[in-house]
Amino acid sequence: MANVMLEVNELSTKYITRFQEDVYAVDKVSIKVEEGKSLGIAGESGCGKSTLALSLMGYYFPPLHYMGGDIIINGNKISGLDPDHVRKTVLGKEIAYIPQAAMNALNPTRKIIHFIEDVILEHEMYVTKKDIYERAKKLFETLGLPPEVLQKYPVELSGGMKQRTVIAISVLLLPKVLIADEPSSALDVTSQKMVIKMMKHLMDAGFISSMIFITHELPLLYNVVDDIMVMYAGQIVEKGSSHEMVFDPIHPYSKGLMGSIIVPEEGLRDVKLTAIPGVPPNLKKPPSGCRFAERCKYVRPECRVTSVPLREAGDGRVYRCIIPETELRENYAREEQKK
Amino acid sequence: MKHTLRQIFRSPNFVVGFSIFSLIILTVIIYPIFVPNPPLQIIAQGTFFEPGIYVNTYDSFNAPSYTLKLDGADSKRIASKLNDEDRLAMQEWLVGFGIPENEIDIHDTEALLNLWNTNFDPTKRFPGMTNADRNYFIRLNNSVQGLLSTDPAIIAVTDEETGSLVETDRVQQTDYINVSQVANVRILPLGTDNFGRDVLTELIAATRVSLLIGFVAGIVATLIGLILGLVSGYLGGLVDDVIMFITNLFTVIPSFVLLILISFSIGQDQRGAFTIAVVIGFTSWVWTARAVRSQVISLRNRDHVNLSKLSGHSIVYIIVNDILPYIASYVVMAFILQISSGILAEAGLSILGLGPRTTEVPTLGLMMNWAMIYQAHILGKWWAYFPVIVTIALIAFSMNLMNTGMDQVFNPTLRD
Amino acid sequence: MTLEKKLYLSAKGVSKVFGFGNQKTVAVDNVDLDLYEGEVVSIVGESGSGKTTLSKILLGLINQTEGDIYFQGVKRDISSHAKKREYWKNIQAIFQDPFSSYNTFNKIDTVLLDCINMRGGKYFPREKKIELMKEACSFVNLKFEELTNKYPFELSGGQMQRLMIARIFLLKPKILLADEPTSMIDACSRATILDELMHLRKEIGMTIIFITHDIGLAYYVSDKVCIMEKGRFVETGTADSVILTPHHAYTKRLINDVPKIHEEWDLTTV
Repeated sequence: MANVMLEVNELSTKYITRFQEDVYAVDKVSIKVEEGKSLGIAGESGCGKSTLALSLMGYYFPPLHYMGGDIIINGNKISGLDPDHVRKTVLGKEIAYIPQAAMNALNPTRKIIHFIEDVILEHEMYVTKKDIYERAKKLFETLGLPPEVLQKYPVELSGGMKQRTVIAISVLLLPKVLIADEPSSALDVTSQKMVIKMMKHLMDAGFISSMIFITHELPLLYNVVDDIMVMYAGQIVEKGSSHEMVFDPIHPYSKGLMGSIIVPEEGLRDVKLTAIPGVPPNLKKPPSGCRFAERCKYVRPECRVTSVPLREAGDGRVYRCIIPETELRENYAREEQKK
Repeated sequence: MKHTLRQIFRSPNFVVGFSIFSLIILTVIIYPIFVPNPPLQIIAQGTFFEPGIYVNTYDSFNAPSYTLKLDGADSKRIASKLNDEDRLAMQEWLVGFGIPENEIDIHDTEALLNLWNTNFDPTKRFPGMTNADRNYFIRLNNSVQGLLSTDPAIIAVTDEETGSLVETDRVQQTDYINVSQVANVRILPLGTDNFGRDVLTELIAATRVSLLIGFVAGIVATLIGLILGLVSGYLGGLVDDVIMFITNLFTVIPSFVLLILISFSIGQDQRGAFTIAVVIGFTSWVWTARAVRSQVISLRNRDHVNLSKLSGHSIVYIIVNDILPYIASYVVMAFILQISSGILAEAGLSILGLGPRTTEVPTLGLMMNWAMIYQAHILGKWWAYFPVIVTIALIAFSMNLMNTGMDQVFNPTLRD
Repeated sequence: MTLEKKLYLSAKGVSKVFGFGNQKTVAVDNVDLDLYEGEVVSIVGESGSGKTTLSKILLGLINQTEGDIYFQGVKRDISSHAKKREYWKNIQAIFQDPFSSYNTFNKIDTVLLDCINMRGGKYFPREKKIELMKEACSFVNLKFEELTNKYPFELSGGQMQRLMIARIFLLKPKILLADEPTSMIDACSRATILDELMHLRKEIGMTIIFITHDIGLAYYVSDKVCIMEKGRFVETGTADSVILTPHHAYTKRLINDVPKIHEEWDLTTV
């Protein structure tokens, strides 16, 4: 059995708003990512994807607050530690995080090499700037980035190049786990493809051991990761291998998501896109029963009252629904015939 | 709208600023109802009377007199006539005369005076004593004579036939009158100024006029700035170029210099408070115009403006309904700052002697100007200028507090 | 087909240049476009390709530097406000960002009432106006009773965009210009918006210009696709021919670089 790189047990975090209201953004999420594997997180906007990514770092700052659960990276527990300690020893070395629109976070008045110096000097004491330059140059060459970039200012780079530079900087200290939150969503398709290619290369060349990839673009996710986890209203609703998840979803919400995929392929025009009516629940007062009940086609009276645990469906697949897997599949097949 | 107002009133900065400001406004409105005296009436003969309660002496003789036996009344009276310097001089003479220093207690007024009265000899001279010193001691001796006397003061009138004095009344040292029974008492909480006018009444009238000047200046500046900014930002093109050319002209000429030049060229006769206000407003619209313009430019390409165009609305309708509400918060904030800077500009102009005509109305700036010309600050007559400074500072402070409070509500990113 | 389709809108050699001198940028470069009655035409391009500028020119919100636009065979004249009003009765738009498409100070009723007024219903009795608004809302599966007296920011993005469709339903224009109407909306609501848009098209016989960066979406909704690169149309044709058998190198690259599900996404070709 492969080595488990990232293990998260029942992690819960919340936001505290300006008016002292609690927003339960991540609710008892458990994740297991093995070495050499990548996990994708999908879901609508506001379902807690980005908050989960932020929470996985083990570094919390207001308005985000830690409520409970463990984060274990390669056997070392990082949750519940002193924030300063986490920042110095965990971030960048054990786990690296690329936030949304990270490329816009580069200070436009500094050259790329300065960001790299900052990162290395923070963690290593006895290095000269020349050594750093050599190291950075080597890294950039391995990752297929032109070394001239190092001497340029962020504004001189294109969006795709900036994003790839940011990713290169984030793996400087060879973290074990990389969390990428929508790393390619603001880019055009060609740059997106280059970013993805580089991230795949990072995995293959051993710069990182595991990756968590967050995006709302399902076709992209399908092509990048091994496993897909669907989140809804702060909870995991389904998890499985990416092929299974796209072509054979179990949970009604995943089914709806997968039915809305649009790709320029033959036969697309004959497909009827599915829609999920309604809006996600307010996480200030999460519903006591199934959180998807309000929007679910197959809702039963008991859905609204009893909270639904995750159920196993073999091969590491889990789903959160009180209707058994077989019955759901029958429903889907019946609908397919109606069309 | 209601929601925004509620939020504004939850901001501590705004609430403090608003309270101070409303207090000032209330005082300005209510005070003249209770004290209807004309603010520029000259009541005092002489300059800079100290703050205090002024009791008419003549009326106090005619008021019913009461006898109160109060301990320490005598020593208080003596103490008020004999200051520390005099006591030290007396000690110096007595030591020179030969009395040991430790036997003289300068704080025991009665013992000191007794010692002095028994020993003082105007002809006596010690080594090192100059003629001036001697004359000083003689003057001192004359002034302390009778201090210990307990005789009543006699009030006499001249007999018209004989020309001799006829005693009409005696005032004992234990006689008191009740101030409320004296016909004429005037309280001057801030004394009088150089012309002999009641400073408090004048100050409140001046605050009112200055606030009005600020409001008028603020309205003029905000209106000019708003209209030019809206037009140039929304229309763009040639109109924008022309308006921005004028705006830039006004920007590079320091507005205060322009203000001085304009008020100087208007001439003393034309300079009423209202004219000054308009002139101030006319020189301070530039920044409002620039800020409004840049906001309008970012708004005019917004989709809701495009949609409004597609709905067939006219330019005026779009400006009023789709652009103005979005910049309204900013304009209100700018308006508040314009008021406060208008008041300060008036004060600055008046100190230079370019404010409104002096005979008609007081303004805060004019009061400072008068106090300065009559050297109140050198003479230490603090009541003539210090309350004015405090008032100006309070007005500007409250306005700026309100502005920051609103800023925090309208730009939530500035919070924390 | 024997029946000749009516030409609704056509652009001949339209160009738009911003700035002048050294800072001159050509946003739209000599574009020809023919739009026939009842068609759905997609204009596909990446950010900066000039597709939004072209859409604003077609709408008459900005003027083209060169070229002419013909509406129903007659050269478009939008020189005065009254003429613009008349033109905008025939062509309307849905914009990308529903959150910035509404004036947040106006209630939802105002948005719909504006449309009724524009269609000459200014002096309708109140009951009739309300009935019209109810009809429009129910067309997009919204309840007018829940929307009346509310402000736009109280709605979700999907609801806002559906309200935009209700607006078009009231205006009944001949041409609708949809500028990325689904790009700011979650995938789940996207299908609803598209369905309602297509339903509306059938209902009032509308011609749609669909502007998008998503080539898959363009393929899904349109009859004709125009690929735009750096202000030019590089490839135009029926949806099937452009997407399934692209000829121009740019189109090929665009289609190749989009992640797919049934076909292999080839990472080596970057």
